[in-house]
Amino acid sequence: MTRRQLIPIAGLLLAACALPLLVSDYRVFQFNLVLVYAIALLGLNLLTGYNGQISLGHGAFYAIGAYCAAILMDKYGVPYWATLPVAGAVCLLVGFLFGLPALRLEGLYLALATFALGVSLPSLLKYHHLEKWTGGVQGIVITKPEPPFGLPINADQWLYYFTLAVAIVMFLLAWNLLRGRVGRALVAIRDNHIATEVMGVNNAMYKSLAFGVSAMYTGVAGALGAIAIQYVAPDSFNIFLSIVFLVGIVVGGLASISGAIYGALFIQFVPNIADEISKAAPWAIFGIFLIGFVYLMPMGVAGAVRMAVARLQRKAQNGK
Amino acid sequence: MTPKLVPIAALLAAALASPAAFAQKKYDPGANDKEIRVGNTNPYSGPASAYGTIGKSIGAYFKMVNDQGGINGRKVVWISYDDGYSPPKTVEMARKLVEQDQVLFLFQTLGTPSNTAIHKYMNAKKVPQAFVATGATKWNDPRNFPWTMGWQPNYQTEGRIYAEHILKNNPKAKIGILYQNDDYGKDYLNGFKDGLGAKAASMIVKEVSYEVTDPTVDSQIVQLQASGADTFFNITTPKFSAQAIRKAYDTGWKPTHYLNNVGASVGAALKPAGLEKSVGLISTAYYKDPLDPQWKDDPSVKAWEAFMKKYYPEGNLADQSNMYGYTVAQTLHQVLKQAGNNLTRANIMKQAASLKDYRPETMLPGIRMNTSFNDYAPIESEQLIRFDGQQWQRFGPIIGK
Repeated sequence: MTRRQLIPIAGLLLAACALPLLVSDYRVFQFNLVLVYAIALLGLNLLTGYNGQISLGHGAFYAIGAYCAAILMDKYGVPYWATLPVAGAVCLLVGFLFGLPALRLEGLYLALATFALGVSLPSLLKYHHLEKWTGGVQGIVITKPEPPFGLPINADQWLYYFTLAVAIVMFLLAWNLLRGRVGRALVAIRDNHIATEVMGVNNAMYKSLAFGVSAMYTGVAGALGAIAIQYVAPDSFNIFLSIVFLVGIVVGGLASISGAIYGALFIQFVPNIADEISKAAPWAIFGIFLIGFVYLMPMGVAGAVRMAVARLQRKAQNGK
Repeated sequence: MTPKLVPIAALLAAALASPAAFAQKKYDPGANDKEIRVGNTNPYSGPASAYGTIGKSIGAYFKMVNDQGGINGRKVVWISYDDGYSPPKTVEMARKLVEQDQVLFLFQTLGTPSNTAIHKYMNAKKVPQAFVATGATKWNDPRNFPWTMGWQPNYQTEGRIYAEHILKNNPKAKIGILYQNDDYGKDYLNGFKDGLGAKAASMIVKEVSYEVTDPTVDSQIVQLQASGADTFFNITTPKFSAQAIRKAYDTGWKPTHYLNNVGASVGAALKPAGLEKSVGLISTAYYKDPLDPQWKDDPSVKAWEAFMKKYYPEGNLADQSNMYGYTVAQTLHQVLKQAGNNLTRANIMKQAASLKDYRPETMLPGIRMNTSFNDYAPIESEQLIRFDGQQWQRFGPIIGK
């Protein structure tokens, strides 16, 4: 990483750390959700942006992660931080297994198969033989973690910092994964899978792994989301959530790590803004925003930022 | 008085006067001399958006109240957000209402999962979650959740009412039950068994359940018919109510058919089943049905119609939810009137828990609300109704507490 890249990242981190001390608890909670969505979007971006596999069912992995955390905390008394690796591992496995048969499906057909997963999961969560664990339609209420070691911050602030730390680790891992062999292979499969195969890349393995890792990211996000909301229920994870995730990565910027953050800000705040503009038709306003973003920034917010920075640099060089 | 003494005298006067002033007016965040801020979440979008009209009709009601001078001289500011029937969104919006908009309390937040999601939060914050819009029994738990209160008759109460009617009219009934396998269905079932008491075991000959995900309940109806039951307690949501009514009729099973209030919608259940197949169904009601011709000249229904035309003209006059919203808003109006100038959160709960024989005009005659510190269930009685092929007809006395 060059020094030029490091400076804005350091600035962003500093701002993220200072944020809870400057704004109200309610805003801290909202930014906590932004971090959660950013992790989920990063996962979906690995799959859709980098590897070219469209998923309309990532809400299901988010739900599985959330239920893992809730069940472990509620039924087995596991501490909240310990639920994240379990949620990640379960989703990795489920995603990998789902990825195996899904390999035979391309493009729209894969989108439909994942859509089926997203649509059916809420009903499965209500299934009465699973009720012992899932709590059926009633869901599971969990307790919010208190800050440890007598830190002088409240529960919202603590959870924000905890989520921030997890998000940083997850982003670093993704960055590390994508800049090397694996990242190149994923992108190559997206761009031309036959040529990639000819070059000796195991397409099937990489595609299934992409599915698994993507699901793991979204599952960890789901667990963090459940801890922040303190409640899981089938109604929280309807198909709309999956579609919102897809909206988030497209608006934020496909195949871009920073795009996940922009997309998370979009899906967290734009519906609220839309609701404030019009009570009667909030989703119509949301639609206008969406069309505006897609039209004005065809490469997503991340793409637009990249272009703006490049233009500024050119200007600076010409000025010299 | 020398000039030096004037400020001292003023201070003294202030000191003497202030305790009285404090006793007169007390405020928590969300209330002042000019306004009372009330928060709400409703599903204006999403799968349950049909209920969104409740939030709109309540907003319209308080617009009318404000036009007439408000409550004790204060305007009611109604802040209602869309949660799309999604519990995480409800949590976010409830926190926005409490922490950012600084409402005095929440009122009529809609949905069992949505209210469950904010149950702990509201009680930890000690902000009233008043008169929630769901019939689950758990809202009546003042010992553990003193800041949450229901409003409509809860499912157990209604189950008990049918049991009471059966015990009185047909003590030798052989009862078959169909219920939705979730907390809603079980709430009804428990209330019903509780109402039958010791006779429950001998009277209930068959109990079958279904999942919301099931395509039909046809096989369940056949099982119930085969059990020889002559009385049918039907605990289903509208889609399944329609299937059950039709199947029970088509197979020639002619039980005394009790249908829970949840499924008793003419438009959503009885019409799809076939009105001629629905004749004789028994259910319950607790507020006036605006479509019922017997209320054609009723002053309270007329006042409601005038209100709808002036303040909520886009609302549907045939939609019972608008009558529901108007009726529950009157209840809050009463609580705020009782609270007077003591607009603290504790006093809102105290007043909500001290309704004595209160009856909004649009409730059925004879149904009254009573609450106390041990009883957070405002409406605990209903009247039975029977379907005559055209509309529901009320019959018999008011049953319940």
